[in-house]
Amino acid sequence: MNAPVKIETTLKDWETDQEVRWCPGCGDYAILKAVQRTLPELGCDPANTVFISGIGCSSRFPYYIESYGFHTIHGRAPAVATGVKLANPDLDVWLVTGDGDGLSIGGNHLMHVLRRNVNMQILLFNNEIYGLTKGQASPTSRIGTRSPSTPTGSVDSPTRVAAFALGVGARFVARGFDVSKKLPEVLKAAHAHQGAAIIEIYQNCIVYNKDVFDGFAAPKGAEDSQLWLEDGEPMLFANGAKGVALDLETLALKIVDVVDGDWQAAGVIRHNVKNRSIAHMLVELPFGPFPKALGVIYDDPAPTFETLVAEERERASEGKEPNLSALLAKGQTWTVDAE
Amino acid sequence: MATQKAAPRSDLSQQDAITVRFAGDSGDGMQLTGGQFTLSTALAGNDLATFPDFPAEIRAPQGTLFGVSAFQINFGAREVDTAGDTPDVLVAMNPAALKTNLPALKPGGLVIIDTGEFTKRNLDKAKYDVSPLEDDTLAKYDTLQLDISDMTLEAVKPFGLGKKEALRCKNMWTLGLALWMFDRPREPLQNWLREKFAKKPDIADANIAALDAGHAYGETAELAGPLQQVHLDPVPTAPGLYRTVTGAEAISLGLVAGARLLRLPMFFGGYPITPASAILHHLAKLKEFNVTTFQAEDEIAAICAAIGASYAGSLGVTSSSGPGIALKGEAMGLGIMTELPLVIINSQRGGPSTGLPTKTEQSDLYQAVYGRNGDAPMPVIAARSPGDAFECAIEACRIAVQYMTPVMLLTDGYIANASEPWQVPDPDSFERFPAEFLTEPRGEQLLPYKRNERGARPWIKPGTPGMMHRIGGIEKAADTGHIDYSPDNHQLMTDLRQNKILGVDIPDQDVCLGESSGTLAVVGWGSSYGPIHQGVKRAIAKGLSVSHIHVRHIWPLPGNLGDLLRGFDHVLVPEMNTGQFKTVLRDQYLVDAQPLTKTSGQPFAIAEIEDAIGKYFDGIPDNEGGQVAVNEQQLPSPVGGDE
Repeated sequence: MNAPVKIETTLKDWETDQEVRWCPGCGDYAILKAVQRTLPELGCDPANTVFISGIGCSSRFPYYIESYGFHTIHGRAPAVATGVKLANPDLDVWLVTGDGDGLSIGGNHLMHVLRRNVNMQILLFNNEIYGLTKGQASPTSRIGTRSPSTPTGSVDSPTRVAAFALGVGARFVARGFDVSKKLPEVLKAAHAHQGAAIIEIYQNCIVYNKDVFDGFAAPKGAEDSQLWLEDGEPMLFANGAKGVALDLETLALKIVDVVDGDWQAAGVIRHNVKNRSIAHMLVELPFGPFPKALGVIYDDPAPTFETLVAEERERASEGKEPNLSALLAKGQTWTVDAE
Repeated sequence: MATQKAAPRSDLSQQDAITVRFAGDSGDGMQLTGGQFTLSTALAGNDLATFPDFPAEIRAPQGTLFGVSAFQINFGAREVDTAGDTPDVLVAMNPAALKTNLPALKPGGLVIIDTGEFTKRNLDKAKYDVSPLEDDTLAKYDTLQLDISDMTLEAVKPFGLGKKEALRCKNMWTLGLALWMFDRPREPLQNWLREKFAKKPDIADANIAALDAGHAYGETAELAGPLQQVHLDPVPTAPGLYRTVTGAEAISLGLVAGARLLRLPMFFGGYPITPASAILHHLAKLKEFNVTTFQAEDEIAAICAAIGASYAGSLGVTSSSGPGIALKGEAMGLGIMTELPLVIINSQRGGPSTGLPTKTEQSDLYQAVYGRNGDAPMPVIAARSPGDAFECAIEACRIAVQYMTPVMLLTDGYIANASEPWQVPDPDSFERFPAEFLTEPRGEQLLPYKRNERGARPWIKPGTPGMMHRIGGIEKAADTGHIDYSPDNHQLMTDLRQNKILGVDIPDQDVCLGESSGTLAVVGWGSSYGPIHQGVKRAIAKGLSVSHIHVRHIWPLPGNLGDLLRGFDHVLVPEMNTGQFKTVLRDQYLVDAQPLTKTSGQPFAIAEIEDAIGKYFDGIPDNEGGQVAVNEQQLPSPVGGDE
C-alpha cells in the first residue's frame, strides 16, 4: 500500500525551513540525514508521507522533514498513527519515538501497534537516557546509571528493545546506530516490509549519556564488535575470522573461529530472517562476550491490521444497503395516524 | 394457589399513569422482562419511561440482596417524563427482591410475589428472620402470592426441560400475567421468542407456554381480589412512525446521521467501560455506513486513534465514562491545540474513581467544562433524554467540524440504558453541513492556522499534494502554525482559541414550561429533565409562578441565558451532583442560583422537585399571584454591575 507511485525527489526536497534544535553533536542529526537521504532513494512522495512522533528529543523529528508531520503527546504516537492508518491506509507512515517515549510512558501502545501489525516504520531512538528533561535514567538505562533522579546509580533492570518487540509479536525487527553507514539499508528494508517494522537505532546523547555505545559504535574495533546480519549469509564478523554457531548441546549460540574462510566447517549458521527462534537468540546475546547483532534480525510479513480491518468492514457490509431511513426505523415500530 | 389478603386497595383503573417494577435475582431475566414489557407498552400506544437498575456484578451469588436486579417502567394514557417516583405494582421474584424494593412501593400498592422462592435458604440470604409472608410486613399493601415457580414448571412440563432450564421460563410466566393485567396482546412477544430461539424451538415453545400460562392465569383468576385488568388508552401523539430507543442507541444513530450530514467516514475509538460500551457495540454493527470501530488497548489510545483518524480526514469519535474521560484529558488538549474535529461522549456514572459503575450521576460537568490542563476551552452539550441524544449527537458532529474542535457530549447511565418512545426522524429533514478540506493555499503561502470567519483553521488531509505542513501540541504561531513560544503569540493564541469556542453558533435558550419571567426558574440539564418537568408542571397547576428551563448547551452557554435568568426572582438548579452547574451559572451570570442536589445513584423523584419548589412559596396562603416569601438564608442578589 505504501507510495504506489514513485516520485523523484532529492535530499533537499525533504528539508524544512525550520531551524534544527538538537544539541551540537547529537546523534539525531545523523539519523535525520540518513532518513532524508533514504526517502528519495525509495521514491517516496512527500505529500503521501506522514511522520508521527511522541514527546522527547527524537520526537522533534517531524518538524525537520518536509512531509506531513504530527508531533503528538508523550507515548501516544503509536495510537495516533494507528488511527491515521485505519482512516487512510494509503499514507506512508513513519513513527519516531525514543526509549522513554516508546518504552516507558508509551510501552503499552508500542506493544499493541506491533502485535496488531499496523503497516508503518517505527524508528526508536535509543539513547538510554531522558534527554529533553535533562538526563534522568530511562527504561533502557543500564543498572548503575547515575543521573539527577538516580544520583547513586539506577537499580532497575533495563528492558531490551528488540527482545520486547519480538516478544509482543513484531514481524520486523532490526537494529542500527546513528552514524552507521548501513543505516539507510536498514531503513529501506523496514520500508519494504508490509506491516509494523521497528528499528532500534542506538543514538548517542552527547550531553547526558555520552558514548555509551562506543563499545560497538566506535569506528575502532568495529569489525570485532559488530555482527551485521544479512538474510541467507553466514553470521560472520572479525573480517570473517569469527562466526556464530549453534551449540547443539546447550541449544545456545556460541562464537567459533573460522579458519581459512571455511565457515561451513566451523559450523557457522546462515541468517534466515524468517527464523523466529534464532531471532530471539540474537536479540538476547550479551554484548561483550558477543558482538552486537545489527541489521535486519527478523522479517516475516503477516497481513496488516488496516487491511484486515478494511476487509472485515467489507465483509460485514456485504449485501447491506447503507439506508439511514431504514436504520432509524429498525426494530418494532408502530404508526400513529392523524386524527 | 393464590392467597389474597384484604388490604386498602389502590384502584389502578382510576389512574392515567401506572408504575410497575419488576425485581428479581440478576439471573431471573428481569431486564429482559422489562424490555419486552416496554415494547408491548410502546406498541399499545402508551407513553413511557423506564429505569433499569442492576447490580455491578455480572453474576452475583443467587438470592442475595446485592444480586437484585430491577426494571421500572412508568406508562400512561398521558405524557410521561420519568420512570415514576413510587411503583404502583411490584413484582418480587424472591425474598431479596422483596426486601430491597418494598420500601419504594406506594402504600396500598400491589405486590405480586413468587412464593415458590420463599424458602428458608432464600429468606436467610435476604436476611429475613421471619418470612414477610407471615408477619405484618405486607400489611400496608395489596398482595398477590402465587407459586410462580411451580406454575411455570407445570406449564413447561410437556417440553421435557431440566428443572433449572424450566425455571428460567418464570420471567415469561410473570410477563404473561403482566400482559394480561394491562390488556396487551401476546403476539409480538411470541414472535420475538420464536425468532430469538429459532435454533432451539423447544426452548421457544416452553417460553411461549409459560407466557400463555401466566396470561391464562390472569384471565381465569380475575377474582374480587387485587388482580384486576387495567386498560390505558393510547396517548394522543403527533402522527408518524414510532419505535422505542435507548440513549446508547440514539447516540449511535445520531453519530451515523451526523457523519452522513458531514459526508465523512466515521472512526470510532473505544475501550470497554460501563455504561459507555453499548455505543461501541451498536456502532460495531453499522459498518456498512462507512463506520470503522476500533477497540483500543486503553482509553488514551482510543482517543488518540480518533484524533489520528480526524487528522487523516475522518470524523473521529471516542466514548467513555468518567474514569476513562479522565484518562483522555491530555489527548483532548492535543485535539484543542491542533484544532482537529473530535466528538467525545461521556456516559456519566457515579464517581469519583470507580464509584458506582452501573448507577447514574451528573457529576462530570466540571470535568467536561474545566477538566484539562491549560486554558483548554471545549464545547459541551448535554442530552436530556434517549430521544434527545440523537439530535445532540448530530449537533456535536456539526460543531466539531465547523469549528475544528473537540466537542463533549454528556449523557449518563440513566439515559444510556433507559428507553422511551421515539418518533423516527426523517434523515432528509436535517440540514446538511458537508465538511470542507483545504486542497490548495488560499494565498501565496500555505497557512494551516489561518482562520475563517468562524475562527476555525482549515482542515488539510495528509495526502494532499503541495500542502505538507506540521502540527503538534506545542504552541503554534498564528497563521503559519510553526512552533512559537513567544509571549505575545501565546496570549494571542489563547484568546483566539477561547473566542472561537465562545463564538460557537448555538440557539438561544427557550423556556420549556411556564412563563419567560416570574418568581422561580428551575434550571436543569441532562437526564433530570423528566422529574423537573413534571415537578414544575404540578407546581404550575397549583398556581405557582414557576418555569422550567432546560439547558442543552452547557458550554458555551446560550447567549440569552443570563438575561433570561435575571427575569426570575429565584433560580433553583436541581442536579445529580453537589451543585456543579449551579456554580457555572453563578460564575457566568452572578445570579443567586440555589442548588438542589442528589447523589444517591438514583434519578430525582418528581416529589423531590415538587417539595423543593414548594419551599420557595411556603407561608403564602394559596400562593396566589406567585408571591414568594423572603428567604433569609439565601445569598443576597447582586445589585447593579451585571444588571
